[in-house]
Amino acid sequence: MKNTHIATKVNGDGVEFTCEPDETLLEVLRNRLGLTGTKEGCGTGDCGACSVLVNGRLVCSCLVLAVETQGAEVSTIEGMASGDGLHILQQTFIDHAALQCGICTPGILIAAKALLDKNPSPTDSELRFWLAGNLCRCTGYDKIISAVQAAAAKMRAA
Amino acid sequence: MVAVTLWGTMRQYANDQEKVEVQAATFKELCDALIRDYPGMQPQIERGVSLAIDGRIYKEAWFTPISADSEVVLMPFMQGG
Amino acid sequence: MNYVSKIRKFKQVGTRPARPDGDDKVTGRALYGADTVAPGMLMAAVLRSPHAHAQIVSIDFSAALAHDGVKAVVTGADLVAQDEGSLRDIQENCLATTRVLYDGHAVAAVAALTLKAAQEALKLIKVEYSALPHVIEVDDAMRADAPIVQSGRALENVPEGFSQNVTYHCQFGHGDTDAGFALADEIVTRSFKTAATHQGYIEPHACLAQMTTDGKAELWCCTQGQYNVRDICSALLGLEGSQLRVTASEIGGGFGGKTNVFIEPLALALSHKSGRPVKLVMSRSEVFRATGPTVSSSIDVKIGMTRDGRITAGRAELRYSGGAFPNETVSMGAQSAFAAYDMAAVETLGWNVLTNRPKEAAYRAPGAPMAIYAVESVVDELSQILNLDPIDVRLKNAARKGSKSSYGPTFDDVGLIETLEAAKAHPHYQAPLGPNQGRGLSAGFWFNFGGNTCVSLNVNTDGTISVIEGNPDIGGSRASISLMAAEELGVPYEKIRTIIADTASLGHNDITDGSRVTFSVGLATIKAAQDAIQKMCGRAAQIWGIDADAVTWEDGAAVPAGENAGKFPPLSLAEIAAVSFETGGPIAGHFEVNADGAGVSFGVHLCDAEVDPETGATKILRYTVFQDAGRAVHPSYVEGQMQGGAAQGIGWALNEEYIYGKDGRLQNSGFLDYRIPVASDLPRIDTVILEIPNPGHPYGVRGVGETPIVPPLGAVSNAVSRAIGKRLTQLPMSPPRILQAILKG
Repeated sequence: MKNTHIATKVNGDGVEFTCEPDETLLEVLRNRLGLTGTKEGCGTGDCGACSVLVNGRLVCSCLVLAVETQGAEVSTIEGMASGDGLHILQQTFIDHAALQCGICTPGILIAAKALLDKNPSPTDSELRFWLAGNLCRCTGYDKIISAVQAAAAKMRAA
Repeated sequence: MVAVTLWGTMRQYANDQEKVEVQAATFKELCDALIRDYPGMQPQIERGVSLAIDGRIYKEAWFTPISADSEVVLMPFMQGG
Repeated sequence: MNYVSKIRKFKQVGTRPARPDGDDKVTGRALYGADTVAPGMLMAAVLRSPHAHAQIVSIDFSAALAHDGVKAVVTGADLVAQDEGSLRDIQENCLATTRVLYDGHAVAAVAALTLKAAQEALKLIKVEYSALPHVIEVDDAMRADAPIVQSGRALENVPEGFSQNVTYHCQFGHGDTDAGFALADEIVTRSFKTAATHQGYIEPHACLAQMTTDGKAELWCCTQGQYNVRDICSALLGLEGSQLRVTASEIGGGFGGKTNVFIEPLALALSHKSGRPVKLVMSRSEVFRATGPTVSSSIDVKIGMTRDGRITAGRAELRYSGGAFPNETVSMGAQSAFAAYDMAAVETLGWNVLTNRPKEAAYRAPGAPMAIYAVESVVDELSQILNLDPIDVRLKNAARKGSKSSYGPTFDDVGLIETLEAAKAHPHYQAPLGPNQGRGLSAGFWFNFGGNTCVSLNVNTDGTISVIEGNPDIGGSRASISLMAAEELGVPYEKIRTIIADTASLGHNDITDGSRVTFSVGLATIKAAQDAIQKMCGRAAQIWGIDADAVTWEDGAAVPAGENAGKFPPLSLAEIAAVSFETGGPIAGHFEVNADGAGVSFGVHLCDAEVDPETGATKILRYTVFQDAGRAVHPSYVEGQMQGGAAQGIGWALNEEYIYGKDGRLQNSGFLDYRIPVASDLPRIDTVILEIPNPGHPYGVRGVGETPIVPPLGAVSNAVSRAIGKRLTQLPMSPPRILQAILKG
């Protein structure tokens, strides 16, 4: 198949790449752009490890074709911290031991940030349903919920 | 002599006794003595066994000392997750 | 050796500092199995059997090899044939030679310039199969007329007259069970079934292999044990152990499922044939079809009890299947089934049976959850029948120091009674229940392992410490190891950095399994620190010109003692390190051990569940975990183990199962149809950590990782059974199954 040229923005930076028409955004991020912070857990949109934002909307990057991101703004975990300072959510995840193996963590952080940007004071129930598309097998979600709520409180106060 | 408690499946190789006495001062000597006195146990012992001495479980530890008044229980070799 | 002779005041153990790998993992920088590349790297894909059981008549891969971009194809003939049983089984499981034994069994692998080219080439491989009859369910496979999965694999302990699928038999117990049952006022006998479940780690297996023509190789992979990978791959590739260097990547979950080798030998063989680095990553479907799962089981339990709740005798017969290759997991189920009870008469029988399913991989406390589920269900039913409080019944019969365990040895200090009492005193146990709600309780147990471990501890000249250990960190163990090094040395946690060595950089370490790491690596780290302290005291003694014996170590400094006390100001670790070149050279501590004394672990779980009588759907309302951790080194990660194990057990109880069609093929090889708990399925999981020190560890540590998956099966089943007023005996308790039980009347 013939490659297509795509110009997009990833984490605020202009990025150009070529890809095959059936390549997913996840594949391009990981294999062509070297952004391996976005993880593949299933490739079928069931686990949320590949969560990114496209034009501010939370998506599974394994279900988005890379050619669809022409002119779009893509946000991945690599863009969450600014310089050497972690985002409040990232720091709170460390402080609350909200990760064990850490493979689901980038996707959960992206998803949690997307929620808090829309709803700065979610209830536990809203948070649990919002994160229901992000599987974690290690933690039982308890410390993840605590960490997001603690981060939300800090972000509201900031 | 050391009195060794056998698990159920091993008793068939020792005339259905739950406990047998062997001359041994270490884990390795105990395994060797069991094979010598009860040859039917050889395949299992060679595949691997654990030994509980006074409640503590040992694996692959030849020179672990055993005293005559110790509680000694033969156990399968265990694997975990 | 018993360590805990005095109560020790800890300064750092028991605190909750940030984990050393936290920053890497929240920023996406941490490198997992699929996250690395090598120049000139090829991508590989694996061809898998579409049959549950078939003879391989022929394999023709000429068209695949001719496909554009394809650089190498390997089949079973490319691995070095092994004689010995378990290695031979691993070889056959990695790549079938003459027969495929389950749907998903690997047959061939291709390396190509792109993954797409490799996948296209798979379709060009012509495999002629001759289908054979298959068997999936353990009880079917035991029948005399069952299709034979493998013949000639029965061990000497299997009595004559059984199907050749029965490969292992075991029996445990003590006392006269018949006499015990005669003393009972009430006897309950029940049969149970549990489905095979997958460990469900979110990271699929992945590796990057480079093998050169001169017999050297490098392997990067996600594994629970890089030394085990090295040993197995060396054998299957004909490499010398020293020439194959295996580096463990960050690992995206394991739970026992990454204690095995699946794709690594294929990638090495493809690299050898192509002369290029080869990356191989499993798809999620491949993970389900060809790795894991746990055993499926069929279990009978009979327990007798007096009117006042004393267990008089117990008997269990366990039939496990761990798929197409022999294993002895059932022995751990048979030993642990009644471990929570102090019994005068107990007998357990175990059988392992071959079926046309994937080769079983360990899953947290392998063999124990299903056995204890069955026993705890019957104990709960007896408590109901006799109108007794289920915690009181367990307290009355609880294993304690001096109890003869159901598997033979007499227990030392175990924390079961304290754990049960904590559960009884907890507000959860007294909280009111509404309609269609039930409260379930279960105890749980795991042996915990020690094993082969070595640690190096380098004292750097700037007064910082590098700890080098060999066990992949699945859930925060680097933080715990650093804490123990800091505690022993008397330096701040921030001065320590713990790394996981590759196979060339440190001696052998057993797999990260059996809840052994915090215990064994912690023990070795403390001992390595003591070794370094001894050397530093020696240096201080030389500097002061006094005997080494006259120096002690206090709060991170060498201090003159005895008659020299007070003669010299203390020399801190940093001060000694700074002059180490001048006083005899670099300073390091080492320790190598085959650790024993791991100390068993008991837990008790409380679960409130509500069942929708219209749909049979279950909602977990409240969940509390009580567990003896011996000593919680980093309590947050101890809680994390307790919560994570509970969540996995809840999934096992309610949703998760391998579903096979009549054709013997797996029908739910994805997270959509194999449903693990999601955030909205679960309530908060409260934790109560008990600390009854393990005498076998210098700080009293017990492993905590595995026990928490054991009680949820029984706790959830008991809650659901009480909620609907019917005793359930099969897992998972999916809505249709519960509805059927409700409607049966």
